[in-house]
This record gives sequence, C-alpha cells and structure tokens, in this order.
Amino acid sequence: MEFKNPEEELERFRSRLAVAGGFVLLCFTLLFVRFIWLQVVQHDYYQTRAEDNRISLVPILPNRGLIVDRNGEVLARNYSAYTLEITPSRATDLEQLIDGLAGIIDIQPKDRKRFRKLLDESRNFESLPIRTRLTDAEVATFIAHRYRFPGVEIKARLFRQYPGGAFASHLLGYIGRVTDRDLEKIEEMEQDANYRGTEHFGKTGLEQRYEFELHGTTGFEKVEVDAGGRAVRTLARTAPVAGNNLTLTVDAGLQRIVEQAFGDRKGALIAIEPATGGILALVAMPNYDPNLFVDGIDTQSWKELNESPDKPMVNRALNGAYPPGSTFKPFMALGALELGKRRPEQAISDPGYYNFGGHHFRDDKKGGHGMVDMYKSIVASCDTYYYMLANDMGIDNISSFMGKLGFGSRTGIDIEGESEGVLPSQAWKKKRFRKPEQQKWYAGETISIGIGQGYNAYTPIQLAQATAIVANKGVVFRPHLVKFIVDTRTGKQTMIEPKPIRDIGLRPEHVEVIRNAMVGVNKEGTGARAFAGAGYVSAGKTGTAQVYSLKGAEYRASAVKKELRDHALFIAFAPADDPRIALAVLVENGGFGAQAAAPIARQVLDYYLLGKRPKGAAPVDEAAAEADEDGEE
Amino acid sequence: MNPGMNLAMFREQVRRLVAPIDPPLMLIAGLLLLMAIGVMGSAAPERLNAQLINVGIALVVMRVLAQVPPQRLMHLALPVYLFGLLLLVAVALFGDVSKGARRWLNLGFIRVQPSELMKIAVPLLLAWFFQKREGMLRLRDYGVAAGLLLLPIALIARQPDLGTAILVLAAGFYVIFFAGLSWKIILGMAVSATAAAPLAWNLLHDYQRNRIITLFDPEKDPLGKGFHIIQSTIAIGSGGIFGKGWRAGTQAQLEFIPERHTDFIFAVFSEEFGLFGNLVLLAIYALLIGRGLMIAASAATLFSRLLAGAVTMIFFTYAFVNMGMVSGILPVVGVPLPLISYGGTAMVTLFIGIGILMSIHGHRMLVQK
Repeated sequence: MEFKNPEEELERFRSRLAVAGGFVLLCFTLLFVRFIWLQVVQHDYYQTRAEDNRISLVPILPNRGLIVDRNGEVLARNYSAYTLEITPSRATDLEQLIDGLAGIIDIQPKDRKRFRKLLDESRNFESLPIRTRLTDAEVATFIAHRYRFPGVEIKARLFRQYPGGAFASHLLGYIGRVTDRDLEKIEEMEQDANYRGTEHFGKTGLEQRYEFELHGTTGFEKVEVDAGGRAVRTLARTAPVAGNNLTLTVDAGLQRIVEQAFGDRKGALIAIEPATGGILALVAMPNYDPNLFVDGIDTQSWKELNESPDKPMVNRALNGAYPPGSTFKPFMALGALELGKRRPEQAISDPGYYNFGGHHFRDDKKGGHGMVDMYKSIVASCDTYYYMLANDMGIDNISSFMGKLGFGSRTGIDIEGESEGVLPSQAWKKKRFRKPEQQKWYAGETISIGIGQGYNAYTPIQLAQATAIVANKGVVFRPHLVKFIVDTRTGKQTMIEPKPIRDIGLRPEHVEVIRNAMVGVNKEGTGARAFAGAGYVSAGKTGTAQVYSLKGAEYRASAVKKELRDHALFIAFAPADDPRIALAVLVENGGFGAQAAAPIARQVLDYYLLGKRPKGAAPVDEAAAEADEDGEE
Repeated sequence: MNPGMNLAMFREQVRRLVAPIDPPLMLIAGLLLLMAIGVMGSAAPERLNAQLINVGIALVVMRVLAQVPPQRLMHLALPVYLFGLLLLVAVALFGDVSKGARRWLNLGFIRVQPSELMKIAVPLLLAWFFQKREGMLRLRDYGVAAGLLLLPIALIARQPDLGTAILVLAAGFYVIFFAGLSWKIILGMAVSATAAAPLAWNLLHDYQRNRIITLFDPEKDPLGKGFHIIQSTIAIGSGGIFGKGWRAGTQAQLEFIPERHTDFIFAVFSEEFGLFGNLVLLAIYALLIGRGLMIAASAATLFSRLLAGAVTMIFFTYAFVNMGMVSGILPVVGVPLPLISYGGTAMVTLFIGIGILMSIHGHRMLVQK
C-alpha cells in the first residue's frame, strides 16, 4: 500500500482545479470568438438573412383586361368568387380530407375529377381549388368547421367569365391554369417577376395572342411573415395595375346572327371590312364553352370535346383547309386578265367537256353552256372555260398570282396557330412528295386547279382575305380582330394598324370586269335566288367543294352519306361599288354553295348594310340545287 | 405581545432561514434568474408564471440541501445510485416511447425521466467511492469507478438520449479527473477514443448521425434537420454587437427560432442583446464556476472536494454545450442553458447542485470523523 501525504494530495487536487478553470476559460474564449465571428464579422450577412426570413413579397394579382366588341358589348370579363382550396403538401390523406369536406360542402364527382387533373398538372406548394363559386352559406359552414381541415382554406379569387358562353369562342379563346410551357413563354418575355402569383394564362384565341396586354401589372404587398408563412403585418403596398382592355373590330350582333344562321351545321364564316382589314365576324362552328376551362376543365368534359367527331375545338376559320371550288373562278379570271391570257370579250365554245390528253374533264352542265365569255364564265360558273384557262396559264403562273392574293400563306391575323393551306405549284409538289415520280408535276393536274379542285386547299380566312383584296382593288390590309387597346388607367387608346401593308398592283379595269361579273352572279346567276329582292348591289360567287370523288358517277346529295357530301361555299362583297364588307362562308357537307352558303351570306349583308335581323336559322334553298354546277371527270 | 420582541423573533427566524445560503453563489444565481425572467418574457411570456413556480420549487430544494451536511449526502450516495439504476432498468422494460426514444417512466400520477437523476447520483456515488478508497487508491480502483460510471451511461445511451449520456459521462469523468487520474491515462483515453470514433459511428442511431452531419453542413438540409442550426445562427449573427433590443428580435418574435424557450433560448437572448449581452452572460457563468471551484478548493473532505468540483464543472458543461450547439460549433444534443432554459426538471437538478455547493461551503470547517 502506498502512502500518500494529505497535503500533497490537496496540492494535486488544487492543481487539477486550476487545470479545470483554465479549460473553462479556454472554452469560453472559444465561444466568444465564435460570437465575434457571427455577430461582428458576419453580421451583415446574417442581418440580410434575417430580413429575408422576415419580409415576404406577396403578389396582388391585377384584374385581367376586358374584351369588348366594336360597340362596347362585353365578351370577356371577370367576376370575384370564393373558392375552397387545398394545399396538397399540407394534407396527409387527400382522399380522406376531401371526403371530410364533402360532409359539409357539396362536392360533386366532377369536382373531384377536376381536382385530380389539377393535382397531376400542378407545381409544388400551390393550393388547388376543390370547389369554386361557393355560396355565402357554404363559406360560413366551412369557416365553422375550419379547425378540422388543416391545409384547406377559402380564397377570394377573380375568375374569367365569357358571358356569351360558347358565343365567339373561337376568336376569344380561353384562359387556363399556367403550365410549364406557359412558364417558358413567360421567361422568354422576361415577365417572370410580373407573373409571380399568376395562375392563369391565355391558351388560345385573343386570350393567348394578347396575354401580355390583358394581364396587367402585378402589385406587391411587402409583409412581415412568421416562420409558418402567415402574414403578421403589412409594411408597404404597391397597387396592381389592371390589364389593358381590348376593343375588337368584331360586331357582336353580326357574329351572333352568323352563329344562329349556322345552327348545328359545321363550317366557318369570316367577314372583313376591306378598307381596314378589321374583322367584323369570325365564326367557326361548332364552338364550345370556354368557361369550362377557366377553373380547370374536368376530365369528362375534356374527353367529350376532344373526342367528338364534330371536332368543336378546331377553329375551322383558321385551321380548316378546304378546296375553294368555284369560288376560285373570279380569282382565276382576274389572273388571266392581269397576265394577258384572256380578254373579257374572248369567248370559247363549251361542248360540255374539255379534252386534255385523251381525257374528258366534264362540265357540270350536260351539253355545255354554248358560247362563254369571261362574264358568263363567272355568272354561270362554266367549268370548261377554266379547264382551258388553267391549261393556258400553267401551274406556276396560277400559283404566283394566287400567292399575291394571299392563298397558301398565313394572313397574319392576330390569333396564333393559323394554318397555311396548300397553294399547289411545281416547287410545292417537289417538296411535298418523296418519290421522284410523285414529285413531277403533270400538266393534267393543272386542269382541275382551274376550278378550285385538285391540290388546292385554303383556309376560309384566306378566301375571305382574297375577296377583301379584290373588293379593295388590290390594296392589302392585315386582317385583325383588335381595333384598339385601351389603357385602363389613362384611357389612352392604341389603334391597331388601319394602314395598308402592300398594294399588289391590280389594273382597275381588270378588277372592274371581275366585279361586274360577280354582281351578275347575284343578279342573274347562281346567287340570284339567294339575293332576290336585296336592297343593295352585291358581288358574289358560289362554290361547291368535293369531299369525295365519285369516279364518274352522278352526284346526288341524297345518295351520299352526310360526312361525304360536298362543302358549300360562297364569297361576297357589298355594296359592289364601294365595298364595306367582304366575306367568305363555308358550310361543311352543306351541298351546293347556292343552297347552303349563299343564304347565310345574304343574312350577313342584310344585317350589316340594312340592319335587318333574320328570323331563325338561314334557310336551305333546296331549289337552288338545280341552278348550281361543278364536277370534274 | 411586544411588537419589538416579535420583530426580533422574526429577524431571528429569517437569519436562520438564510444562514446556510452562500451570498456570492446566491447573488450569481439570482442574476442568472433575473436574466432568465427577462428572456422568458420575450421568448415565451405565456410560460413565465410556470417557470417562476419551477424556480420557487427549485429554490426550496436548494435551501433544504444547503443544510444537509455532506456526511449525510455521502450516506445517501449508494442508495440513490442504486435506486436510479433500478429506475433506468424499469424505463428500458416498461418506459413510454416519445419521439423515437424510450426515456420516460409513467408512475401513474407523474411521468419521470430517471436519467436526469443520474446527473447528480453518479458524481455523488463516485465521490463517495473515492472517499472510501482514500489513502489506498490503486489503479484498479479507477477501473471500478469507470465501471460504476459506464453502467448507467450504457442504459441512458440505449434509450437513446445522447445529450444526457454525455452530461452524465462528463459529470463522472470530472470526479475521476479530480481524484487524480494520471495524465498518461487521460491522454491514452483521448487517443483511443479518436481511434474508436468510426466504431462508435456505427452504433449511433440515424437521427444522432444526422445531427452530427447537420452540424458540419447545416445548409444541406435547410428545411429539415439543418433548420434549427441555421435559424439560430441567423438569430445570433443578426443580433450584432448590441442586439435588436428586448422583444425586438425578429427571428425570435416571428418564431423562426425553434424550441426558443427551451434548448434554443440562448439564440433569443443573443439576438436581442447581442455580443455585449453574450459577454455579460459568459462572465456571470464564469463567476458561478469560479465560485464553485473556490468552494471545492476549500472543502473539508475528499468527498466534498470531488463533489463540489464535479458539480461546478457540470454547470460549465451545460453552459458550454448549450451555447456551442446553438451557435453551431457543437452538435445539437438537447442540453438546456443552465438556469435560463424553461423546464422544471433541469431547474431542480441545477439547484440541487447549487444547494450541494452551499452545503459543502457551509460545512467546510467541520472536520470529518
């Protein structure tokens, strides 16, 4: 056993205490150094981080601009309503949560489906509506039960509303929830900051084209928030600036008459003011209710719209491509005059067919029209005249003249996604086909081009635009829907280009010949029945576009299934000497142009020129069938 | 009755009541309690009353212990230790699970956390042990002491409760250190501990590992496990030299600091009183520790020396580990800021320590039989 001196022991203990005391001082010094580092050296950095924590910029959404017609009728507006919204990231069991909500508030299977769809498309952390347009009673009920539903809240939101329902839907378009593709566009336009908090974006039509005009400037509220993100108090506020309003060139009354005239028929009509390019009516039928898209469309409605054989989502005015049929003839005649291939008084003898390379191209009228000059060729719609003319002009001459009238290229209307159609030419065919034998243009193919058949395929708006150019004696305006943009704060109106974009240089006397012939159509030709007793002088041309080749058999509407029936077309402008309106109308599977299309044109002109309102849908003139024409091979 | 007489009697009663209380220690503890009231009034005013009740209970406990002679404490050492071990075993067998750890024992009327008791029981037992071996201490005795220390630590670490395990380990180690464990062995332990670190890593629970990973790179997981540390360092750093002022700390008042009335209360204090406040707080703790070490130096017996030294160093450990973790230089291990954090158990434990120190100081002149 070792002996230990208590004094020595105590000394050692005290030295250990001193070591411990030194260790304490060392550690405290270390802490103090750390505090200096954080509170002095890095102070600014942490100060900023604390401010970032504390201050949150809450966007205040601006009111979206209104869309009104030329007379001030509101076509798209906003209304405020309460929505019931769920933040999915804060809910543990969504199904259970929604079931619970359904116990106190009416939630339809449709609402659930729409919520599912939104959930699939949503970005993180945003709240999604399970119900929109809550009544005051529903709001009160929910508030009483709110404690049971964490992550669910009531929000007051502005909704887009299209008061006319399906009316003018193809030109207005619609807005829907912002998607990743929209975000890319927003970034491209460097609008990211302004779109913070924005949940809707124009998807089609004017809503899409003028998105950045309609949106407005987002305001901000600088708020102090706590760690849970709840606003504690407002520090500063920048008010939002409402979006610009759009005043359209469109006449809603006219648009309505056309939509009523179509009834449940499919087709398109575009009416243009020739002197400005302003569009008076742009109708594509069938249409759809854009209101369905605003809160996020439910899957069932979406499926119905998308899978309908009538394809209501297709804007036929801009995206349908149709052979123009006989409505092509006045343009052919004009080209012949301009190119010196025909003089107006030059007449041919029509035997009822045209022989080319041992092949008979038949005229619609058995035995032919007899002696046919240019006037008669248009008024009576003589095919043989144009078979010959097409052959004389050659495909590339036709193509380059028609190109000047805008056929085969986008008109530049202020709606996105317009189709080009097909303006056939040798170059086009070479590009279109792959095999060398298909790439070659055969002279026989030019013949039917002359009567608006063959490879010809144009959008209704191109046809309307070409008509407007002729009515305007060769001066071209870009067709447009928006007349001016109104700054809602200052009331300042910004006009949209009533300036001509080019003059294609038509000889006035040539235009005069064509105009006279087209006046003849409505006076004594294929359009005469539809325009009998009109109180104005109008110019027109009927057309019938084949959907289905009959391989030599006689065409009888009643014998052909409806989807295979010919399309009815009509172009017109009036008053003939000083045109205020030019239009093209197409009725899908409507049969002869004089029968289905011309009566609609008559209603349009009657309303626009005389203020006359029709009674009910436009009549289908069965008797007019006899007066019409067309047919090939 | 003679009012003067009454007054004299009353004075005498008060004198007897306060006699065992060491004025310097009480003054320092009082300063800390005042600061605690101030910070609590900012961090969680709604808990101020409850905390004052905790303090009242703790002061009574302190006063009782200040009068208990160290010899009595020595007799209690072994029974208390064995009782504590029993409770820890009971926790392991029947304890309540909360937040993934089995720490609480439900006695029907009250839930207790037996590991807290060991913070005092372990140094008490070890001081008793070395007193018993006084004058005939061998190397082997250190081994026995280590065994007595590691037994409860193993049970606590299994719960798991890393913070308490570390505190108990530290408390026991201080006793062994003050008893004179040779520097060679201390050095050797330090070396082997470093070598064994990878092994220990494998034994840790996931959440414990995460805390350590988060310590080194809190920004890796800013909304998850790093959130506590990031927000508390932002609070401290943004406080600057003089702080944002009482109840004006945005991090604290807007609830960005988690657990701001318990383990992270230092972040609230530091944000509102700045570097200057920190310096004052460090100084007061240093005074407390200094006074404790002085008491240890002048204590009468080996038992009381070792106990006083260890208890004092427990205060240091609490303060250092807490401020270190809140300022981001130590891992987050659930240690309160002594005498300031909210919580009755820790408050009582710490005042038991102060009471023991007072008792040792009060009985320093008595020679042990």
